[in-house]
Amino acid sequence: MAGKRIGQQTILLPMKPAISAGAACVGPKEGEGPLGDAFDWVTDDELCGQQTFELAERQMVLEAARTAIRKASLRVSDIQFFMGGDLLNQIISASFAAREMSLPFVGLYGACSTMSEGLCLGGMLVDGGHADHVVCVASSHFCTAERQYRFPLEYGNQRTPTAQWTVTGAGATVLSLSPKTSPMARITHVCMGRVVDLGVTDANNMGAAMAPAATDTLLALFEDTHTTPADYDLIVTGDLGQVGHDLLLKLMQEQEMPLCAGTYQDCGLMIYDQKQDVHAGGSGCGCSASVLNGYLLPKLQSGQIRRMIFMATGALMSTTSSQQGESIPGVAHAVVLESPVEKGRM
Amino acid sequence: MNHQKIKTDPVHYDALTKQVSPPSKLGQGLLRAFWVGGFVCVLGQIIADIGTKLLKMTTSDGFCLTAIVLVFCTAVLTGLGVFDKIGQYAGAGSFVPITGFANAMVSPAVEFRREGMVLGLGAKLFTIAGPVLVYGISASVLVGLIYAIIFP
Repeated sequence: MAGKRIGQQTILLPMKPAISAGAACVGPKEGEGPLGDAFDWVTDDELCGQQTFELAERQMVLEAARTAIRKASLRVSDIQFFMGGDLLNQIISASFAAREMSLPFVGLYGACSTMSEGLCLGGMLVDGGHADHVVCVASSHFCTAERQYRFPLEYGNQRTPTAQWTVTGAGATVLSLSPKTSPMARITHVCMGRVVDLGVTDANNMGAAMAPAATDTLLALFEDTHTTPADYDLIVTGDLGQVGHDLLLKLMQEQEMPLCAGTYQDCGLMIYDQKQDVHAGGSGCGCSASVLNGYLLPKLQSGQIRRMIFMATGALMSTTSSQQGESIPGVAHAVVLESPVEKGRM
Repeated sequence: MNHQKIKTDPVHYDALTKQVSPPSKLGQGLLRAFWVGGFVCVLGQIIADIGTKLLKMTTSDGFCLTAIVLVFCTAVLTGLGVFDKIGQYAGAGSFVPITGFANAMVSPAVEFRREGMVLGLGAKLFTIAGPVLVYGISASVLVGLIYAIIFP
């Protein structure tokens, strides 16, 4: 095992792969949100000048990937793996973007956990010496997700208060062994989550479906690394929304590993304003991907956040499994990110 | 073997979820549904009266006019992207009258046009209205049969 695996689920990355750059592209609603200024590219047109919403989502993936590669002072040909996924059937946003990039492609599906799944796998590839530079992407689009999972866009149905709003956005992260620019952050540990299902069947309450998986992964990470929530400046979950956020706090309390309310945040609650009528908050792969790459990475780079856990959460159901009455399994993958400013060892 | 770190019982978790999940605002929902639904009905009556009184139509033609005008207006509002906002506000108020049916037909037509006229629009047109039609028509046949047997 070469001493890298430090527990049931956690892997130590001794080379501390660098996040050399990140880029985020979002739609108009996200641009109007409280983090609007943090994103690299805010489109004012949900179609991004394309014929279909699927093409628009793909365009955002390409834009994010190319921007991130450029910000890392690299060329596309320097990248050895292009890995990522999205919410659409057969992950067409990522794979069709990979067609344009013409890079070795690793398609991922972890529902909304895709961004951290990519960082886990990409981090291990770089740490293991299997690649010098890897790009991880994740994306979602309100209009493509809505038509695939729910109703036509113009259908006048009412959303329940626990429903979440799929983020239109894409994020890309460049991982490097030896970055050409000063790194934004470093990955020190990755923790791959197991699939947890506590029997939630309401597809309009995804936060509740995913919170147990988030709790499970956090507990595993704390146990394996012998740390507690107090050892981190910030713990960020992907898209639990208001309901999942509250449930995670309660579950961690019950497991006797309480999170501090001040240092625990959820990307789904950060990306929108309460006034934007998004009910329980944002969701989708693009939610955590854009918040991490647009907002959190610069904070790590400046040293404002010294050490954090980024954990995107996914609900692994499909329309078929929901219609057949199955409950919704959740998964959460975590990465520990350190600011490059902090010199000392943990 | 369950190696999960989280030791929470699904029954307990269900209770926890119910405790945290905000309920739908019943009072506000009812109020909005009633006033919008009532408004649509008043609008329908006005159209019927215009038909029968001003245009000298028969009563059944007047009702026909109501249906045509309301369906047309809904179709236009759906196409303009306004009706989904009304639906989000009014719920059953815009869904129960004939406006809801028109919206259920037009919104898939708009949405799936991009997948082509046949396999997109043609195949998906009845995705929402389909179940209503299947069970509505089945029920009407059944009731008709019972009526015919009891009152031959």
